[in-house]
Amino acid sequence: MTAVRLREVTVRYERLVALDKLDLTLDEGQCLGIVGPNGSGKSTLLKTVAGLVTPVSGIVEVFGVPPRRLEPGTIAYVPQVEAVEWNFPASVADVVAMGRFPRMHPLSRFSRRDRQAVDSALEALRLGDLRNRTIANLSGGQQQRTFVARAIAQEPRLLLLDEPTTGVDAATEDALLELVRGLVKQGLPVLMTTHDLDRAADWFDRLMVVDRRVLANGDPETVLASGAYAGIREHSHVHGHARTEPGTVP
Amino acid sequence: MSDVLVAPFQFEFMQRAFVAALIVGTLCSTIGTYVVLRKLAFIGDGIAHASFAGIVIAYLRGLDYYVGAAIVAVATALGIGFVNRRAKVSLDTAIGVLFTGAFALGVFLMSRLPNYNVDLQGFLFGNILAVSRADLVLILVLSALVSIVLLLLYRPLLYTSFDPVVAEASGIRVAFIDYALLVMLALTIIVSLEAVGIVLVAALLVTPAASAYQLTRRFTRMLALSVAIGASCAVAGLYLSYYLHSASGATIVLLATLVFFMAMASSALARRRSRLSL
Ligand SMILES: Nc1ncnc2c1ncn2[C@@H]1O[C@H](COP(=O)(O)OP(=O)(O)OP(=O)(O)O)[C@@H](O)[C@H]1O
Ligand SMILES: [Mg+2]
Repeated sequence: MTAVRLREVTVRYERLVALDKLDLTLDEGQCLGIVGPNGSGKSTLLKTVAGLVTPVSGIVEVFGVPPRRLEPGTIAYVPQVEAVEWNFPASVADVVAMGRFPRMHPLSRFSRRDRQAVDSALEALRLGDLRNRTIANLSGGQQQRTFVARAIAQEPRLLLLDEPTTGVDAATEDALLELVRGLVKQGLPVLMTTHDLDRAADWFDRLMVVDRRVLANGDPETVLASGAYAGIREHSHVHGHARTEPGTVP
Repeated sequence: MSDVLVAPFQFEFMQRAFVAALIVGTLCSTIGTYVVLRKLAFIGDGIAHASFAGIVIAYLRGLDYYVGAAIVAVATALGIGFVNRRAKVSLDTAIGVLFTGAFALGVFLMSRLPNYNVDLQGFLFGNILAVSRADLVLILVLSALVSIVLLLLYRPLLYTSFDPVVAEASGIRVAFIDYALLVMLALTIIVSLEAVGIVLVAALLVTPAASAYQLTRRFTRMLALSVAIGASCAVAGLYLSYYLHSASGATIVLLATLVFFMAMASSALARRRSRLSL
């Protein structure tokens, strides 16, 4: 079944075109990687799928409906930069437990099932020892792991990860890779951005190079060998401004 | 000793005042937890001041003060929510301009009344001893409503207070939750006006929760501590004011302020002790 379908999606911030008639399909049981230089619209793409950003034109469908019309709890999203209140009085376990909230009924109690989901997410992200630590007292990588754990505890039908491997250590990256691949094998569709081209083949079933538009799309090794990514890097390096100017609307 | 505790209760107006103090103290410190964590203190102050215009207009039209104040308070709460989501002006600036303006309108209208006999001092600083039986019923009904809504929205409120973006992505209706909280805040302020008045209500919203925040780093504990501090300061403050013959609202707020500084000192001490033991 098709999990995500984007057709000619255009997203603008004021006059800046962040996505330009972008097409994308993601099937269940598939991990799709998004790569592209800084400012190429990767995060915008994930936000659009999550329903946080509304396109000016085009169609966004998640499991056949617009994202804002999905059942609560369907999408789990781990942003690139967490805009949270860092001094919030919450422990790691408290934050991970929030992943269960969207699906819970107002008066239902936190069930054994909920607690199990939280515990196994904590374990999968190697956060067991930190579960009672206040989130303000975590390192950057530990914070990142906490937010991934919250997304996992949600048991979503679609997982969106915005550069989850940036800033985490090698052991955590391996644990995360194993976790995500396991979920994908169970049928979870995953959409993930990264700057790490070296391990793209381990992570993804399909790789897309994006720079406001789709520049390449296919098997990771083929896409990387095609030089599509190297091409835009070169381009943006040589003509520093040229990359943003065509996107702005006069 | 028991005489001292029981003595005030011989008067019916004091009985009503104690019930009102307990309810207001509890309600303010409950919603105050969200006010502190979401930094809505200035908004609460703004809503309280704006509601004064409602009180005066209600008086001019011969309506109930509560109704006038409630309409204006809820309307401004929704207005702030809207400005907060849409406008590019700083929210602080918008509140500063609009609400002091609304307050000034209230004072202006009032000052032009030929011989007004409204208790201005009562509205500004509260007069909990004047709470009538009908007032008490209204306070009870409104506070029950606010409590039920806060209870039903407990989890989404917690999630959106911490991380509105991810909460929204996971399907929680963040805008609805935000508006609901602002309306509940407006109703809480209305419920508290007679007890502590326009000028002091912000203190009752912020101080107990801010004290609790000094003492714990867990949300549920902060909420419980805040309620414990708010309710006990309200009741104890009323006792004190009875024996000191002081203004009840001001006494309650002063007591809460004292608790805040004690909480701050104890949290600083605890931090120091944990540093030394390391
Ligand atoms: N909220 C916003 N308002 C205005 N412009 C924005 C906003 N968010 C992103 N942009 C612009 O949109 C473009 C795409 O940004 P986006 O964050 O999607 O890029 P990205 O590919 O995720 O980059 P990075 O690799 O640095 O994370 C950039 O030019 C950025 O400046
Ligand atoms: Mg990005």
